[in-house]
Amino acid sequence: MAVTTRSKRIKTAYLLLIPGFAWLFFFFFFPLGSLLATSLKRPLGDSPEAGFAYALQFSNYSQAIAEYWPFYVRAFTFAAIATVFCLLLAYPISYYMAFKAKKYKYLMLVLIVAPFFASFLLRTNAWKTILSSEGAVVGFLNFLGVLPQERILSTSFAVILGLIYNFLPFMILPLFISLDKIDKRLLEAAGDLYATGNQRFWKIVWPLSIPGIVSGTILTFIPASGDYINAELLGGISDKMIGNVIQSQFIILRNYPQASALSFTLMAIVLVFLYLYLRKIGTKELL
Amino acid sequence: MPKNHTVQDLYLKNLTKRYDDFTAVNDLTLTIPAGSFFALLGPSGCGKTTTLRMVAGLEEPTSGEILIGEENIVPLPPYKRPVNTVFQSYALFPHLTIYENVAFGLRRRGIKDIDKTVKDMLALVELTPMAERKPTQLSGGQQQRVAVARALINKPDVLLLDEPLGALDLKLRRQMQLELKWIQKDVGTTFVHVTHDQEEAMTMADTVAVMNEGRIEQMGSPVEIYENPKTTFVANFLGQSNLFSGTVKGIDGELLAVDVNGVTLYVPKSKTNITSGKIVVGVRPEKIKVVDIDTPGLPKNQIIGKISDNAFVGVSTQYVVESPWGQELSAFEQNVDPNDLGYKGNEVVLAWEPRNSFALDPDEDLTAGIEPELVSN
Ligand SMILES: Nc1ncnc2c1ncn2[C@@H]1O[C@H](COP(=O)(O)OP(=O)(O)OP(=O)(O)O)[C@@H](O)[C@H]1O
Ligand SMILES: [Mg+2]
Repeated sequence: MAVTTRSKRIKTAYLLLIPGFAWLFFFFFFPLGSLLATSLKRPLGDSPEAGFAYALQFSNYSQAIAEYWPFYVRAFTFAAIATVFCLLLAYPISYYMAFKAKKYKYLMLVLIVAPFFASFLLRTNAWKTILSSEGAVVGFLNFLGVLPQERILSTSFAVILGLIYNFLPFMILPLFISLDKIDKRLLEAAGDLYATGNQRFWKIVWPLSIPGIVSGTILTFIPASGDYINAELLGGISDKMIGNVIQSQFIILRNYPQASALSFTLMAIVLVFLYLYLRKIGTKELL
Repeated sequence: MPKNHTVQDLYLKNLTKRYDDFTAVNDLTLTIPAGSFFALLGPSGCGKTTTLRMVAGLEEPTSGEILIGEENIVPLPPYKRPVNTVFQSYALFPHLTIYENVAFGLRRRGIKDIDKTVKDMLALVELTPMAERKPTQLSGGQQQRVAVARALINKPDVLLLDEPLGALDLKLRRQMQLELKWIQKDVGTTFVHVTHDQEEAMTMADTVAVMNEGRIEQMGSPVEIYENPKTTFVANFLGQSNLFSGTVKGIDGELLAVDVNGVTLYVPKSKTNITSGKIVVGVRPEKIKVVDIDTPGLPKNQIIGKISDNAFVGVSTQYVVESPWGQELSAFEQNVDPNDLGYKGNEVVLAWEPRNSFALDPDEDLTAGIEPELVSN
C-alpha cells in the first residue's frame, strides 16, 4: 500500500517534469545541436548563396579565433567594466531599498523595472539622442572642456555607459533580494555584541549579500559580453564587440558556419569564466 | 568565566516608553539585585520586550532612567553598555560557525588570544563538538545555548533574555530552564528573563515581577507572590484563584470575618489593610478540601456546593463546584486517598484554612489576568 502510493508519487513527479523537459529539448538542446552542426559545415562554393554541407570542418573554429580574437577581448573587457560599475551603482541602491526605504521599497522596485516596459532598442536609441554631439549634455561638457575626444557618441565610453544602463536592473534585482532577506535582528544582535556601524556592514551584511553579488554579476556579465546593440548604436567603428561580428556574419554575410563557430566559442569562454568564478568564490559562501 | 567580577544592581527609575499616543511601558520603577535571576512575567503585549530593549539600548526611553550601579546608561550606545541580550529569535549569524558566533563580541572589542575563552564558553554550554558547525546545523536547544554563550562570553553585568525558550517544545524547555538556572549560578551574572509562562518564571527566578499593561503589578519571590497575590491580575495570571466579593462583618482575633452571600469566610488580618466595607477574598484551588457534607473537624472556611464537573488527571482530581450563589469554584484534590465524590450534582463541602486565604482590593475587575492563552497552556 505504502509502496504503491510512493511509486505513484514518484511517477507524478516525473509526469510534472515532462513539459519542462520538452521545452528544454525543443528550445534549447535542439537549437544548440543544430548550431553545433552548422558550425562544422563546409561551404559548397565561393559565395554563401552556394550553400553549405554537413561536415566536420574544425578549421571554422581556428579561423574564427585567429581572425576575431580582438573582438572577444573587447567584448569581455567592456562587459567586465560594465559589471563592476553596475555593482558599484547597484549596491547602494539595493542597500537603501532593503534597509532604509521602508514603505517606499516596492515603489522603488517598480521604478527600477519600469524601463523594461519600453523596448531595449528604443531605450538605447534614446541614449543616442541624449549623447549626440548636438545635444545639451555634450555641449555642456565641451563647454567645461572635459571631453578628450570632444564627443561621447561613437566612443568606447558610450558603449560601456549603454551596457551599464541596460543591465543595471539585472544587478539590482538579485542584490536587493539577498539584502532584503537579511534578518534585521542580526544587525541588532551585532550591535549588542559591540559591532560598530562599519563592522555591522562588513561582518554581517556584506557576507550575507555575496549570493546576490554572484548572481547579479553573472546576470550582468553574460548578456553584456554577448551584446551588440549598444556597440551598434552608441559605439564607433573601432568599438565593435564579438556580438557585432556574429550578427554581421549571420545576417549580412550569411556565413552561417562561421557565425555559429563564433557563437559557440563565445559560449565556451563564458562557461569557462563562470566555472572559474564560482570555484573562486566557493559554493560554501553561497550558503 | 571567573565568578569574582563585581556585578552591580540594575535600577529602572520611572521608565516610560510611548509610541505616539500608546504607552507601552508606564512609569516602571524596579530594582534588580546584582547576581539574581530575575523574571519579568506578563501577558503578550504588556511591554516586556520594550523594557528589555530599552535596557539593551535598542530603544530610547521616552522618560526615566536606567542605572547600573551609580551610572545612568541611557545616554550610552548599545555597544558601550555592560549588557548583552539573548534574542527571542536567537539571531545567530548564519554565515559564521558556532565558534565564530561565540567569538564575535570579543573580536569586535579587539581582544587578543580569545581561543581559550571561547573554548571554555563552548564547554560551559556543552557545545564543544559543534564548534565548526553553522547555526542551521544545530537543533533548537543547541542554537539557544549558542545564543546564551555568545552573550555571556562578554561578561556583562546584566544578561537580558527575551523569551529565550519560546521556540522550544515543552520537554526541552523544562530541561533548558534547569540548565539556564545552573549556568546563572555558575557565572553569577544578573539574568533578566522575560517570559509569559508563569511556571517558567516561578521555577527559574529568585524574584518575579508580574507586569501588566506597562506597569509592575507585584514583585517578590515566587512563593511570596503565589501565596499572597496583591491584585486580582496576579491572583489569576499566576496560577488560578477562586475570588469572592464580600463585606467585612467584623474582627475575630487575628482574623477578619467576611460575609460572602450569607457565608462567612475568614482571612488573616495581617494580609490586608481593609478593616471594613467591601473586600475580595481569594483562595487557590489546591488549598481547598473537597469532602462529604457531615465530615467532622473541618477548617473554618466552608462553602457547600454541587459538583458540576470533575476531571481525574492522575496526580490530582480537579473539581468544578457550583456555589449556592451560582459561582463556579475550582478545587484540586491531591490523589492521596481517592474518594468517590465524583458524581455530578453531588453536594459537597469546600473547606480551607483561613491562613490560606488572601484578601484583595474590592475595586478591581475579578476576571483580570484570566487569559485564553492560559487555558490552552
Ligand atoms: N514600534 C512600535 N510602535 C508602536 N507600538 C509598539 C511598537 N513596539 C511595540 N509596540 C507596542 O507596545 C506594546 C508592548 O510591546 P512589547 O513588544 O514590549 O510586548 P511584550 O510584552 O514583549 O509581548 P510578547 O509577550 O508578545 O512578546 C504592544 O502593545 C505593542 O503593540
Ligand atoms: Mg516580547
